[in-house]
Amino acid sequence: MKRLGTLAGLLFLFSIPLWLGNFYLLHVLIITGIFIIAAMSLNLLLGYTGQLSLGHAAFFGIGAYVSSLASLGFAVHLLPDWLVTLDPQPVWLGMACAIVITGLCGFAIGKVAFKVRGAYFVIVTISFAEVVRLVALNWDELTQGPMALNNIPPLSVVIPGLVDITFVGKPANYYLVLVFAILTYAIIARLVRSRAGRAMIALKENEALAASVGIDVTKYLVLAAVVSAAAAGAAGALYAHYVRIVDPNVFLFIYTVTMVIMVVAGGKGTLAGPVVGGVIFGLLPEGLRSLAIAPEVQWIVYGVLMILVVYLLPQGIVPALRAYRQRSRSLEPQDAPGANASARQAMP
Amino acid sequence: MLKIEGLVCRYGKVAAVRGLSLEVRKGELVALIGANGAGKSTTLKAISGLVAPAEGRLTFEGEDITRSSARRILQLGIAHCPEGRRVFPYMTVTENLQMGCHLRRDAASVASDMRKLFDRFPILYERRAQTAGTLSGGEQQMLAIMRSLMSRPKLVLFDEPSLGLAPTMVERVFDIIKSIQAEGVTVVMVEQNAFAALELSDRAYVLEQGRMTLTGTGAELLNNPDVKAAYLGA
Repeated sequence: MKRLGTLAGLLFLFSIPLWLGNFYLLHVLIITGIFIIAAMSLNLLLGYTGQLSLGHAAFFGIGAYVSSLASLGFAVHLLPDWLVTLDPQPVWLGMACAIVITGLCGFAIGKVAFKVRGAYFVIVTISFAEVVRLVALNWDELTQGPMALNNIPPLSVVIPGLVDITFVGKPANYYLVLVFAILTYAIIARLVRSRAGRAMIALKENEALAASVGIDVTKYLVLAAVVSAAAAGAAGALYAHYVRIVDPNVFLFIYTVTMVIMVVAGGKGTLAGPVVGGVIFGLLPEGLRSLAIAPEVQWIVYGVLMILVVYLLPQGIVPALRAYRQRSRSLEPQDAPGANASARQAMP
Repeated sequence: MLKIEGLVCRYGKVAAVRGLSLEVRKGELVALIGANGAGKSTTLKAISGLVAPAEGRLTFEGEDITRSSARRILQLGIAHCPEGRRVFPYMTVTENLQMGCHLRRDAASVASDMRKLFDRFPILYERRAQTAGTLSGGEQQMLAIMRSLMSRPKLVLFDEPSLGLAPTMVERVFDIIKSIQAEGVTVVMVEQNAFAALELSDRAYVLEQGRMTLTGTGAELLNNPDVKAAYLGA
């Protein structure tokens, strides 16, 4: 039954470009999908290990820049007379580089997280994003600074004689993002249900206790940070090759905030949370646009809705729905002797 | 089996343990008693590797574990059942037990160990799918004890197992600890409830301000006038 529901949901998602004639809406869906991937990656850190990274846009932006630069090629002086050049590489290779390099950045941040926790970790991640943004802004030779990287080639997959696809246009990019999102979801689901995932949840719930049962705290924090950063990097690369222009604004704090809102509103520490939160808060601005009298009203309503969600559903939408469903289920067989016990079991 | 020599532990500038030496022999039930802040819990944490000793030496079955990681110490066979019925509140009973044998990879024997423990604590078997936070205080303590046994330890450290439990539950917990010892597992227990601890233990150490001030068999200490005055309220 649940399988069937999943299948129907996937079929629906895959069918959207076939009947949705409005390319602008399709564009909104693509951008939302990219942000959902980033939000899912943030959820792995925030929801499962309990570490709040407020510099997640940094991984997203690094992914975008690395993949763009690798596929555009560059020539840069590392020392006055030491010129490093790279010829344009295939785009898929650029994306792979982006995933590997953001993964390495995640490794470094994960190592730092072991030393500094809580508020200090938050500050470290904010600083990290800001430093990376300043580098992107000022290292003209490599990044073109505020002039941005232009004409980034779209992703193409070429296997001679077999496949030759270039992802240009909305429907192609929609499918690309959808497949990446499903992959990311599957990888994270697999990870959090494994013993590594249990260890992460344990160290979020009670770190001292987790250490006392022999969980290697550093190892799992670093693992979560690496996977999280790499997924955010992949999202950034998708973004770069879809929008085909990248400027230092991809590192802006507002993008991190958007991801955090999606995760927290949807329900951190649940697999579906960032997806639900992402869909709602990704599409909401567009939905509000048609209602609004003036452009400002849209964002005021957005803000009010956000406050309402956090105020009324502090655990997030998905856990609240789950609790509601279980409550209504346990109310039905009220006179049955086991009713009370099953209600207790249903507590989240 | 376990030997502590000249242990010093500091939290910043404050020394919680100041030159403690003690020994635990195989199969014994040893109690550490003393007032709040005497360094009992810190001593246990130093044994299990959760607090790094500033000075001194710890050896377990001949191996120096002074600088070993908590993980390594657990692998050697020391399990720690921390203070305040520590369980993972949002995990189910079964998941909590799985966490206790995080280092074991033999799924079949883990399952059979879990079955044996559930035979001993049938109430927890009934509640195996419940999250641990919804259990009563006594049940949580049982779960914490069960979890510490899941790693098949040779030595278990119990930190205040009776804290905050109803009197009947306290008795039950002490019975369980006694039965764990009867199965050949060595036990070190920290207790505020000095009378019960001394009755139960083979030997006991009295700690004051991070040092050991008295030692003897449980019966000897029960009749010691100083102990009586300070800890038994007689």
